[in-house]
Amino acid sequence: MKPKPNDVILHTVTKLAAVIIFTFSIDLFWAGHHFPGGGFIGGLTTAAGIVLLYLSFDIERIQTNLPIDYKKMAALGVLISVATGMGGMIYGDNFLEQAFGYFDLPVFGETELATAVLFDIGVAFAVIGTAITIITSISEDEL
Amino acid sequence: MKESAEVIAGVFILLGTIISLISAIGLVRLPDVYTRSHAASKSSTVGVLFILIGTLLYFLISEGYFSIRLILGIIFVFLTAPVGAHVISRAAYRANVPLTKSSVEDELKDYFQEHEKERG
Repeated sequence: MKPKPNDVILHTVTKLAAVIIFTFSIDLFWAGHHFPGGGFIGGLTTAAGIVLLYLSFDIERIQTNLPIDYKKMAALGVLISVATGMGGMIYGDNFLEQAFGYFDLPVFGETELATAVLFDIGVAFAVIGTAITIITSISEDEL
Repeated sequence: MKESAEVIAGVFILLGTIISLISAIGLVRLPDVYTRSHAASKSSTVGVLFILIGTLLYFLISEGYFSIRLILGIIFVFLTAPVGAHVISRAAYRANVPLTKSSVEDELKDYFQEHEKERG
């Protein structure tokens, strides 16, 4: 049996850095409408955070603590994107017609809400699912 | 207001570039992996930090815009760059990369040989 390697520094910093990366990816995702950012880059940053966790700890431990089926996640993302495109058709608009409006929310005040966010959520899910599926299926290859 | 912002930011960014240049010279001049990682990690981290702080101060003073992304970038670089250097040096030591000839003592060596014996 191999002795357990002493990875305290790497593990501690990974825990802190993963929190910062996930926060930044959410910030990028929400900034997408008015500033640089959006679903694609937000999803890729989230995937980068998950890959950092995979690199620092082992794959089995991350998959027991974060039990997500990334293939289903990619499929769900595509489904959400298509469904938001269909949403406009109910009201007689074209496919992928986007709607937005101003609402008075309790905490945020007057906020602009657009259905483009739902489309972006679909894009982000598809990107995360695809990236992590590629990386785990390469890394788990057994000869 | 604009001029003072330019002066302050200019001083910080010039300092950061000079430190980064010193870091690059150290990377070329020093003899082995460990001294090079010493030069590359510390001084280039500080160089990048000075440049980011200069940018932050410039936008804060001239336009009143407080960039939270720059603060996050400063914290993140400060947190991760030394750990990257630590991991690289550690991997180099485990791959038996030799120390430079002028080094005096290698305290890890005895510990590692004991460890190898325990493993058998």
